[in-house]
Amino acid sequence: MTLSIEDLEGIARIEKDKRESFTYQINVCVAAGCLSCQSGVLKEAFEKEVSRRGWENWCSVKGVGCLGLCAAGPLISIQPDGTYYRGVGAPDVSEILESLGGAPIPRLDCASSRPFFEQQPKIVLENSGRIDPERIEDYIAEDGYKALYNALRMMRPSEVIEQVLASGLRGRGGAGFPTGVKWTAVAKASNGNKFVVCNADEGDPGAFMDRSILESDPHRVIEGMAVAAYAVGANTGFIYVRAEYPLAVQRVRTAISQARHLGVLGNNVFNSQFSFDINVRLGAGAFVCGEETALIASIEGRGGRPRPRPPFPAEFGLWGQPTLINNVETFANIPPIIRKGGKWFATIGTEKSKGTKVFALAGRVNNTGLIEVPMGTTLREIVFQIGGGIPGDRAFKAVQTGGPSGGCIPEQFLDMAVDYESLASVGSIMGSGGLIVMDDTSCMVDVAHFFMEFCMSESCGKCVPCRVGTSQIYHLLNRITKGEGKLSDLDMLEDLSDLLKNTSLCGLGQTAPNPIMSTLRYFRDEYVAHIEEKRCPAEACKIHEAREAV
Amino acid sequence: MKEPTSLTGKKLGNDANPARIFTMTIDNRLLTAREDETVLSVARQNGIYIPTLCHMEGLSLRGACRLCIVDVKGAPRVLPSCVTLARQDMEVVTNSDRVIEYRRKILELIFSERNHVCSVCVSNGHCDLQALATELGMTHVRYDYLYPKQLVDASHPRFSVDHNRCVLCMRCVRVCDEIEGAHTWDIMGRGITSRVITDLNQPWGSSETCTGCGKCVQVCPTGALSEKGKSVAEMTKRRQFLPYLQMMRGEGRK
Amino acid sequence: MNKVRLATVWLDGCSGCHMSLLDLDEGFADVAAQIDLVYSPIADVKEFPRDVHVTLVEGAVSSDEAEEQIRHIRERSKIVVSFGDCAVTANVPGMRNQFKVDDVLARGYLENATINEGIPTLGIPRLLPQARPVHELIDVEVFLPGCPPPSEAILYVLTELLEGRMPDLTQKTRFGA
Repeated sequence: MTLSIEDLEGIARIEKDKRESFTYQINVCVAAGCLSCQSGVLKEAFEKEVSRRGWENWCSVKGVGCLGLCAAGPLISIQPDGTYYRGVGAPDVSEILESLGGAPIPRLDCASSRPFFEQQPKIVLENSGRIDPERIEDYIAEDGYKALYNALRMMRPSEVIEQVLASGLRGRGGAGFPTGVKWTAVAKASNGNKFVVCNADEGDPGAFMDRSILESDPHRVIEGMAVAAYAVGANTGFIYVRAEYPLAVQRVRTAISQARHLGVLGNNVFNSQFSFDINVRLGAGAFVCGEETALIASIEGRGGRPRPRPPFPAEFGLWGQPTLINNVETFANIPPIIRKGGKWFATIGTEKSKGTKVFALAGRVNNTGLIEVPMGTTLREIVFQIGGGIPGDRAFKAVQTGGPSGGCIPEQFLDMAVDYESLASVGSIMGSGGLIVMDDTSCMVDVAHFFMEFCMSESCGKCVPCRVGTSQIYHLLNRITKGEGKLSDLDMLEDLSDLLKNTSLCGLGQTAPNPIMSTLRYFRDEYVAHIEEKRCPAEACKIHEAREAV
Repeated sequence: MKEPTSLTGKKLGNDANPARIFTMTIDNRLLTAREDETVLSVARQNGIYIPTLCHMEGLSLRGACRLCIVDVKGAPRVLPSCVTLARQDMEVVTNSDRVIEYRRKILELIFSERNHVCSVCVSNGHCDLQALATELGMTHVRYDYLYPKQLVDASHPRFSVDHNRCVLCMRCVRVCDEIEGAHTWDIMGRGITSRVITDLNQPWGSSETCTGCGKCVQVCPTGALSEKGKSVAEMTKRRQFLPYLQMMRGEGRK
Repeated sequence: MNKVRLATVWLDGCSGCHMSLLDLDEGFADVAAQIDLVYSPIADVKEFPRDVHVTLVEGAVSSDEAEEQIRHIRERSKIVVSFGDCAVTANVPGMRNQFKVDDVLARGYLENATINEGIPTLGIPRLLPQARPVHELIDVEVFLPGCPPPSEAILYVLTELLEGRMPDLTQKTRFGA
């Protein structure tokens, strides 16, 4: 069976008609965060109660993807009112149904978090929290797979790449390499069976952007991959997703089988010459497998250890074939770019960083969850408006971006517009989008210690600087947090950081010192206090514990 | 000798696609190179010393010990010469201050990682690691020694492995897989807890795949792998077989 | 001309480095004219003197007494030389570092004892948890590896220091022998 554009539009129309037949839609978040606090039970309770009351024809209950404010789950949204309720449980169901059409229930209302929901112009997450991630029809109703149709039937592969180049999109996995340039490289590679790989091995502690996208809108990623495959001339795709994301894996698998069934994956998609299918591969939880050559090794069934580049995967990738590897969020940006044009996308963001960025906002901030903001938004807006400031009005100290490869950014840069360049200029990186807010109870030496412990245990062990260097840095930090450090240890830390940055084999080792270097740069006085006064200014680390014990 | 394939495994140098030959400089000397040669191999052909540890002629390239790093003009960071292909007009410096300093620090890290007690080692006087310390002028280790608890496996009738001396160069793993074809050796764990193992982490003596050829022992740069019955400083390694076997097997594996 | 005040110290080591020093034979005679040996296991001096110019330290720092001693020596010496592998790397004394002190003592004095079983305590300094290289506890100016360092290397170091130069030991000695 081959799908035509009429079929696609037909599905969208039926779906939209169905939606419009409901006066009220109750959207219950069924992404992993809310599911883990029983939103599945909640959804069933709604369904039961709606059916008991015989309201099925005008009140729909739908499981949707992430609504964003993850710490306040289970979350629901009621449309068309635009009411958001937090911490909803099955006992609240009747009350909520009774209140439909009336004033929101103050006890559950997210009124105080309004800026969180309203200040995010969404592209990547446009369908998150709105569509049922387990139904392809719901995605199609939101112009899903139209970009693929447009690409296949109205554009040459080179024209697709031109749009991506024009959009200015850069890789969302961390390094920010221009996506169009990467695509061009793979397209130019002449020989062999090319592959498209989606990197969903999201490993930064506290980051869950990619998980949420896959759980909330998996078809968007599949469509992005298919467009990419068409553009570079690949016929097979892999989604490499970590096994710790069982729900994402399940939803991606469901989405792939629906896509195959409908014919948007498979042979001669939309009656074109283009054939494409996607396989899912599970990662076994190694952080380093986010590095593309280690990821390739892992898909091939070998140990996940990087190899020196060049040759780059664009030339010599999976099984030696030219391979395009992009991150989940990068692929998720592709359908709207193709639908609306690269120029449209390029109007959003800053001069060198276009579009939006999804961040996992966590730490000492009132609204913890997933946000999407245009590139160039200031840290102050993110932390104090969308994030709702710091609990207990404590003093802001720093934001940590980029996970274990990133750095801590102090208060003086709060008004800095966030993009790839600005973050790098203050010693951090965009990374995949983790954003951890710290207040005056956070010890910066302890933060550095935490991330170095992570890098040490995630180092693959192949190259010496990373294998032994992370261990030595950890050893020094351990000593300092225990109050046994020497001032000369700080020079040693800087020295080892420089060594790792310049001589490690892959990005893990090269960026592992960032948390150390940035905290030494902005919070050196805290290190010195630990060493000279044997005191933790934030009263957070082991020195303090030892003192308390005495 | 290494077969003429590039790092990508692409065959070079046939009639239809002759390998390009060009000039480059290493330490300000103008040299001729072919596009399928690494910087290390061009340097060695011309008698320019670059230290190596994990690299071994005749085994696959690895680029992991980072001792062979060099400065390449225009590169964002130092590059490992063993896996960096020569390019036209490339300007390489093998002995800049920072390269020398980085190499020494990397070597010190290796010494700090495990328990390298040269004075009582079977390979004392015949050890690549010990020789590197002398060559690079390393007179002490500035980092704290980690003194990890490491085991010795002497279950094999003729050989033993002392993990205290292992530098994780993977020469044993590569020679066993690529030359002997047994793939008895591999690596388990990750990071600082990585360890070479035989079969699926069974005692060497009970390995069903080990042919007892001893190639791993001969290529091991330190006293980690040794023949039984050798006392302090008695273990010398014989590596002449490697180029010979490589040659006899013609193109062999990639 | 004022003579150079030289001291040599024997911590946790086998005294082989001192033997190598004595192996200088007639070479020692040339040096001897320029030095005063103010403290050494081969000279019967009870207290480490003040204002020592050069101190050669043999052996790792293994006990609380040695730790105290080495800090004292640092205060009173202008140049400290880590003399031999035990001082530079902890070498053989460091081989116990993988184990707990109590286990090491029990092994030596209980399990393997054939006579007079019992861990000695009286008048004996307490072992540190690990034997450490000298430079992990104090600043060291010159490192002279070797087990033992060859006599020529020792002579070279002494000659250079007497001439007021810092010796460069690249290629002149190696770990192990």
